[in-house]
Amino acid sequence: MGKYAVKRVLSMIPLLIVISIIIFMFVRLIPGDPARQIGGPTATIGEIENIRRELGLDQPLVPQYLQWITGIFQGDLGHSFTNNTSVAELLAPRLPITIYLTICSITWSVIIGIIIGVIAAINRGRALDLLGMLIAIAGISLPNFWLGLQLMQIFSVNLGIFPTGGLEDWRGYVLPSIAMGAGIMAILARVTRSSMIENLGKDYIRTARAKGLPEPRVIMVHAFKNSSIDIITVTALQIGALIAGSVVVESVFSIPGMGRLLVDSIGFRDYEVVQALILFFSFEYMVINLLADILYAVINPRVRYE
Amino acid sequence: MADTNATTAQALSAEELPKAQNPTVQFIKKFLRRKTAVLGFLFIVFILIMAVIGPSIVPYDPNAYDYGAILAGPSATHIWGTDEFGRDVFSRILAGTQLSLGTALTASILGTAGGVVLGLIAGFFGGIADSIIMRICDVMFAFPSILLAIAIVAIIGPGITNIMIGLAVFTVPSFARIIRGAVLEVRGELYVEVAQSIGCSPARTMFVHIFPGTMQALIVNFTMNVGGAILSASSLSFLGFGANVTQAEWGAILSQGRNYLAIAPHLVLFPGLVIFLTVLAFNLFGDGLRDTLDPKLN
Amino acid sequence: MAEPLLEVKDLRTEFKRGKKDWITAVNGVSFSVNAGEIVGLVGESGCGKSVTSMSVMRLHNKLSTRISGDIVFGGKHILELSEAEMQSIRGNEISMIFQEPMSALDPIMRIENQLIEAISLHNKELSKDELHKRCVSALKLVGIPEPEMTLRNYPHELSGGMCQRVMIAMAMSCEPKLLIADEPTTALDVTIQAQILALMEDIRNKRNTGILMITHDLGVVAETCSRVIVMYAGNIVEEAPVKELFSNPQHPYTQGLIESVPKLGRRVHRLPSIPGSVPDLAAMPSGCRFAPRCKYAQASCSEALPKLVKVAENHYAACPFHTNARKEA
Repeated sequence: MGKYAVKRVLSMIPLLIVISIIIFMFVRLIPGDPARQIGGPTATIGEIENIRRELGLDQPLVPQYLQWITGIFQGDLGHSFTNNTSVAELLAPRLPITIYLTICSITWSVIIGIIIGVIAAINRGRALDLLGMLIAIAGISLPNFWLGLQLMQIFSVNLGIFPTGGLEDWRGYVLPSIAMGAGIMAILARVTRSSMIENLGKDYIRTARAKGLPEPRVIMVHAFKNSSIDIITVTALQIGALIAGSVVVESVFSIPGMGRLLVDSIGFRDYEVVQALILFFSFEYMVINLLADILYAVINPRVRYE
Repeated sequence: MADTNATTAQALSAEELPKAQNPTVQFIKKFLRRKTAVLGFLFIVFILIMAVIGPSIVPYDPNAYDYGAILAGPSATHIWGTDEFGRDVFSRILAGTQLSLGTALTASILGTAGGVVLGLIAGFFGGIADSIIMRICDVMFAFPSILLAIAIVAIIGPGITNIMIGLAVFTVPSFARIIRGAVLEVRGELYVEVAQSIGCSPARTMFVHIFPGTMQALIVNFTMNVGGAILSASSLSFLGFGANVTQAEWGAILSQGRNYLAIAPHLVLFPGLVIFLTVLAFNLFGDGLRDTLDPKLN
Repeated sequence: MAEPLLEVKDLRTEFKRGKKDWITAVNGVSFSVNAGEIVGLVGESGCGKSVTSMSVMRLHNKLSTRISGDIVFGGKHILELSEAEMQSIRGNEISMIFQEPMSALDPIMRIENQLIEAISLHNKELSKDELHKRCVSALKLVGIPEPEMTLRNYPHELSGGMCQRVMIAMAMSCEPKLLIADEPTTALDVTIQAQILALMEDIRNKRNTGILMITHDLGVVAETCSRVIVMYAGNIVEEAPVKELFSNPQHPYTQGLIESVPKLGRRVHRLPSIPGSVPDLAAMPSGCRFAPRCKYAQASCSEALPKLVKVAENHYAACPFHTNARKEA
């Protein structure tokens, strides 16, 4: 088991290096002179030269990359021109907000999605199944920004239960979490249902019933535990959608998180911030997928030996 | 339970054997039994027709300012109300169908085509080509969801065309994987081995014998992808990376309307509803196609 | 004669197809199994033999199945029991093993936990230690050489034959009175088949368990069973002691089955086969269901479903033109 985990971690390293190179190239791929782009139309030639030197753009690419990547390991993520602070300082207060929001969204959506999926599967073909799958396909088709705005319209503007934005207390997290998690809830409901239906038709379920196990135990211990393998895989992949969702939903609810910072920084052409954020999001996504892979191997004994 | 299924399956096949039908007719018959999928299909047809004739049947000029009716709610004269310049929202949405649907469709077609070519090459030739293509896909998959498209737009700048490029690139790796998987499955089939054994050229084997075998996976995933692309494109437009404010595009209309949420909620409600229903239609249709084409998944 | 262990009387099992449409998979079947007896239930796939066994265990989906008739096991009328009462019989008094031993075990659960699940369910008083001991002895009973090691394995780490041994161990762990074996050797290699069959006979000898052996393989029947029931299209067409059945088959279908088995040392140009195929459950021919494929069929055969009649001592056949009758004519 430990060996598998180590192998998985090691296999991630080359991918990480390639990703970091691509993201490093990001600023250099901007059409035209990046220093001029960053400086903006009002920058003087001297200012642009300064930017160029600061970014190391006057050096060849390889030393530039090495300088950048060692900087990152030392916590130097670059400099934000619009805010005139280091990127690390810019990210520090925003990181916990986004992570907290992500955790809230994933928690409710996974729990509700699984419940809907299991109920639909054991009531296959009946009204509850139909209702569950209707909710699911609607959830997949809902634009999260629109859902967020509608929730805001109903619960904030009309009913005044939740704030329209900001994060003074826990109530500020409720609507954004719903908007962010709806899609994942829907996808998990569908995956859980189809996986449960597949597993409930397997021979070992018949064996479990023939042993005399009560039906709830057959469903939860045998069918659901086997389905959880599929559920983990899909949940990990959906984290990507969640990260992208945070970009949109944070903008809707004016939440000062990483996602909103990304949108603002693209707007201000604050490329070092954009670079750092994309690196962070990709890294976060890869680490979560790695954890999911390891968890997958814990539950599923068959992969450990492959 | 297995026995039950076996006997019913047997019974069904025995029943259907004598009147062996044209597979297309059979497919349509089976598909028509799925009411939600048919509903989705009809809505897609309706939206496509609107995309073509929309601009010529709009009740108002979608870009005409009317300062006498600013932010008016839905009424008999403006059924979906007006925006902050007094423009008729219904007309703008109707006229925007072309742009919104066109963006998503173009991005999906470009991305799918790219993915199909790469997937065919990877699956058919294997070896180094396969490794390289799949590693590239791995790298692209390391960017969470539409973040790759956002990054591309951040580099090449905002605009509808750039959104299209971003979404197309974002689509490529998933289709490359799907098609590669389908190719590997088809390649093992006997008829492909037969084709090769009688001396078909690799290109012929690939396009005449293997590609059709991947069609089912392709059609289903393409349909689902269009729905996803509409969502992604409208998200990007909503964030201000896509259409500019003068363009009548669903996401852009909605993005502008959010500033007036408290006083003119119809500005957000209607474009969102149209996006939702269109995506829903594509998803229902895609679900129906998948269930009809792949009975294993029922 | 003592009361039989299991007695099935006029069992009818129907499945729902479509909204109001029911198809009959088992059409009035009666038979019995005695303690310590191995009874073979033979027929082609789709003849209703597995449906019969699943009906005895009441493992069909309740919503889409209709079962009538009477199943008496140890004085209890199975079809009248509550679900909870049925659960205490399954795995405890009647056990079942299946065709695909590899897929019949939960792939992500260690063998020990799967065994413990079966044992503790019906023996709630046992401690952890005692459960472990029971697991070890269960595996020893089925001839697994290193039970401690096997207990820690997952199913995919074992061979098909080993999995079937584990299945038998699990089925026997609560010392059931009746074991239903649904094609227990079909998925296994020939040499392993023989081992598993020998094991089942051995267990029968040690525990006096009644075994209902469901199979399409006449070789398995000849090797293990003392009595055979032949099913065709949801009906019993013949029942006889095993030697009698092979030496003196009465029903044309049984004859066809026996003739279509290739025999060592006898070369024939063409192996005799039964023409046609098993009829569709939804479109059964009227009268004798075998008549359309039967070379002795007469006009009267399609009028009424023939009843089982006694043709010799302990020998019954559902055909008015059975071999003995034809010989007499």
